[in-house]
Amino acid sequence: MTSLFEYAPAPESRSIVDVAPSYGLFVDGEFVDGSGEPMKTVNPATEEVLSEIAVGTEADVDRAVKAARRAFTRVWGPMRPADRGKYLFRIARILQERAREFAVLESLDNGKPIRESRDVDVPLAAAHFFYHAGWADKLAHAGLGPDPRPHGVAGQVIPWNFPLLMLAWKVAPALATGNTVVLKPAETTPLTALLFAEVCRQADLPPGVVNIVTGAGDTGRAVVEHEDVDKVAFTGSTEVGRSIARAVAGTRKVLTLELGGKAANIVFDDAPIDQAVEGIVRGIFFNQGHVCCAGSRLLVQESVHDEVIASLQRRIGTLRVGDPLDKNTDIGAINSAEQLARIRELSDIGEAEGAHRWQPVCELPDRGFWFPPTVFTDVSPAHRIARDEVFGPVLSVLTFRTPDEAVAKANNTTYGLSAGIWTEKGSRILAIADRLRAGVVWANTFNQFDPTSPFGGYKQSGYGREGGRHGLAAYLKESS
Amino acid sequence: MPDRLAVRKTYKLYVNGAFPRSESGRTYEVTDARGAFLANAAHASRKDARDAVVAARGAFGKWSRATAYNRGQVLYRVAEVMEGRHAQFCEEVAAGEGLSAGRARVVVDAAIDRWVWYAGWTDKLASVLGSANPVAGPFFDFSLPEPTGVVAVLAPQRSSLLGLVSVLAPVLAGGNTAVVVTSRERPLPAVTLGEVLATSDVPGGVVNLLTGDAAEIGPWLAEHDDVDAIDLTGAPAGRALELERLAAGSIKRVLRPPAEEPDWTADPGTGRMTRFLETKTVWHPKGV
Amino acid sequence: MTHVLDPGTLEAGTRPAPGSGAPFDDVTRSDAALRAFLHGLPGVDQVGAEQRAATLGTRSIKTTAKAWAIDTAISMVDLTTLEGADTPGKVRSLAAKARRPDPTDPAAPAVAAVCVYGDLAGVAVEALEGTGIHVAAVATAFPSGRASREVKLADVRDAVGNGADEIDMVIDRGAFLSGRYLEVFEEIVAVKEACGTAHLKVILETGELVTLDNARRASWLAMLAGADFIKTSTGKVSPAATLPVCLVMLEAVRDFRAATGTQVGVKPAGGIRTTKDAVKHLVMVNETVGADWLSPDWFRFGASSLLNDLLLQRQKLRTGHYSGPDHVSVD
Repeated sequence: MTSLFEYAPAPESRSIVDVAPSYGLFVDGEFVDGSGEPMKTVNPATEEVLSEIAVGTEADVDRAVKAARRAFTRVWGPMRPADRGKYLFRIARILQERAREFAVLESLDNGKPIRESRDVDVPLAAAHFFYHAGWADKLAHAGLGPDPRPHGVAGQVIPWNFPLLMLAWKVAPALATGNTVVLKPAETTPLTALLFAEVCRQADLPPGVVNIVTGAGDTGRAVVEHEDVDKVAFTGSTEVGRSIARAVAGTRKVLTLELGGKAANIVFDDAPIDQAVEGIVRGIFFNQGHVCCAGSRLLVQESVHDEVIASLQRRIGTLRVGDPLDKNTDIGAINSAEQLARIRELSDIGEAEGAHRWQPVCELPDRGFWFPPTVFTDVSPAHRIARDEVFGPVLSVLTFRTPDEAVAKANNTTYGLSAGIWTEKGSRILAIADRLRAGVVWANTFNQFDPTSPFGGYKQSGYGREGGRHGLAAYLKESS
Repeated sequence: MPDRLAVRKTYKLYVNGAFPRSESGRTYEVTDARGAFLANAAHASRKDARDAVVAARGAFGKWSRATAYNRGQVLYRVAEVMEGRHAQFCEEVAAGEGLSAGRARVVVDAAIDRWVWYAGWTDKLASVLGSANPVAGPFFDFSLPEPTGVVAVLAPQRSSLLGLVSVLAPVLAGGNTAVVVTSRERPLPAVTLGEVLATSDVPGGVVNLLTGDAAEIGPWLAEHDDVDAIDLTGAPAGRALELERLAAGSIKRVLRPPAEEPDWTADPGTGRMTRFLETKTVWHPKGV
Repeated sequence: MTHVLDPGTLEAGTRPAPGSGAPFDDVTRSDAALRAFLHGLPGVDQVGAEQRAATLGTRSIKTTAKAWAIDTAISMVDLTTLEGADTPGKVRSLAAKARRPDPTDPAAPAVAAVCVYGDLAGVAVEALEGTGIHVAAVATAFPSGRASREVKLADVRDAVGNGADEIDMVIDRGAFLSGRYLEVFEEIVAVKEACGTAHLKVILETGELVTLDNARRASWLAMLAGADFIKTSTGKVSPAATLPVCLVMLEAVRDFRAATGTQVGVKPAGGIRTTKDAVKHLVMVNETVGADWLSPDWFRFGASSLLNDLLLQRQKLRTGHYSGPDHVSVD
């Protein structure tokens, strides 16, 4: 869209964050050196190296687990539940106080637009701690028996798409229920987790309750496979989820998995079209499409296909791609060169298989990892872009004629994390929602999250829930 | 000499509402607790398991979407029909498990009562396990339990009826369909239960009973991409680890086996139902 | 139902004349047809629309963009006085401010129009002669619209006769809310005729229509009847202009142009008091209907106190320091 109204750059100041040249592991309340060869974390928008990050080895993980075990048996387990809750309230408040700092750091390290880190990631992370804080002394009311008990040490491995928010989803319920934590942040986005370590210190959280061991796949594997870990929680790809499920097989470890998705976003001909278009955009371009529950398959009723696509394309034309720290940026940088390569590869396959690729005119920065918002039309359910999780700003458009066909196509996936329905007809919403095999169904909205609302998948999107009363079950042993 | 020579029953599989022999043509000898011949049971093969999964998948849509009230009545009907075959079950359980007549009666009573217990659960699950979620925004947001899908059940090896019912009924109560591998040594009450299910109102395919060897069929079920969950309670000794690993390939929900077979007369709790339920959360805006 | 969104499908040569809803002639042939049409428009999900408006409201408009936005907003102001106590003197003073909003800076643009009651339109015309600033008069028994058709039309003719070249009419909300859409339509058509060459702005009074669905329906109704502008509010009812209402009206003019080739302007009025509010509206125009509407010919602010805030912000940008109310003129 040509415009007289060119928004001048509106960069959020970087000066609020103080990135150290190197970081150690956070074990037993202290930053310590890692034994592995350190890795670098880069700003994906510029490829600038932000810091050097310690890499935890098996021995480092072992120290962290031992610290967590000690903290569990001596301090956190025996602590009065109300006091555990107060620590979490403190953490929630500190996250709010330092929200700007976290938002800037998240955008720097991850590449997501500051508008999202500021308005979504960080406030929701604080909300998760606040919500779970209140549970700490009310667990007898969680529907898990009169005296549910923590598992002990939770080993948690989180992804790079919502680094701080996924930390909050994992750490808050674990601590509220009396477990202690060894957390492995994603290789490419460790910085906000390390800043969170500082929050733990400011909150006077007892040493060992939260341990953060940075590193790549091997470090994660060491956490998952450590003998003294009682509970494993993982968010990430289905592929890694499988290997983790294999690794914990036959052990006493309790496992929850939050894996990939290929959500259908179903638009009926009586939908509120303008809001549906917004929902489609929010569904697939939020966080560059690096969202496991992204609405990556648009299922649109044939009778409104042309109109919806025209409207969608016009709307995509207004999306602002670029500097994540600019307050007006809608789509930031792709998180890593590796992810960019995968998005490119799957998009090229989409074209080769006969789908039609559409991208708006869109200037991309010279440096950094970028991919323009992309819509594939004429997609068949057999195409790989209709089946594989792209995990990028790439929408596949399919059509349907009847509600039955919509449901059949929506469910025709090995995943089952989320789905969307757009129609003004209430009874249709409820009927379709009933039949969709997905853990979260958004009707006339999309990509909404809340700590009170259980989130998690059906089928190969994983098992266990995060958030709400249901999320507590993952961290507690039922009592009778 | 008895006045009349008994007509013996042919014990077959129960798949998709019918009683086929194993496609493999195999049978194996089933004896009583003292080793005396009881019957030749069908020896289910991996292809029987495959067919059973197809049947269970086919039945899932209708069973899972039946009203909770309807499912409750169907499960209660199973108890009613079992009651009518009380003597037969007592005889089979006594023979297979080597129990006294009195003890067998207690077990059969408990098995029937277990159906009644679960029958009463179907229309409570959503209100006990569901929630309205007070999200921080103008949305109506609720969570409900839904069945996981097709559940493979390796039934207990020792408790051939009460144990079987105790693992099967909770799977059904939640709206799942089941492919059950029965106790290998004591399969006869399971086949009779199949006959009860066939003459109750349980739709064909909702329950599929395979007599045979869990060690042989278990891996095929654990690895089957169209099986959503597996209950390893009756997994053969030493095989649970392998089965759990195979199940990981399709992210199956796995109920691990207990260290030893539990006391099935104890209060079952809700754990066996919740293990095979998913939580679905639905959001809708609130606007005028 | 057509809410086709691609203007390219309409060839330039076949475009109907402005003011005509030609492709939709059928829908106004009966009350039933009009009702079916308006109720067949896609629904508006309130939460979604509010969320979209709020997100647009987070745009950060700085430096050069802000300077452009402030000047553009000033040029879009319908500087308004609609009080029982209005006098020729008050109107003349408003006209003076309209011509030169910032006495200290001749580079500050003039506003788009002065908006008054019809009896004072002549005073405004005289005071603004030769400036190109329009004179808008409210009419049709503003603000309630509760009068007979004859009285309303006489009101319009009187204002036009006094020289107003823009007429801001109110729709009959009672008729609209009771579903007598054709009656509302016919009244607008009659007023349009009475306007002659004067531009017609149709005030929907969305605060009384309450729902966004109604705002969309009323927008279409007004456009079908020949409105040159659709306007949110009289300013006498709360809530007046809100961002979600404006969003829905912008979507309506966008879709109407795509379907008919006719471009209709939008005027939020009432409640817009700060530069920040005005800039949010401009962002919304920019990202909903685009540059074609970013001029006083197609977008106006019905406001009074807004102008002073725009001027203060303008001074701040120019001088680099903050200013105060005594550095702009009182109205």
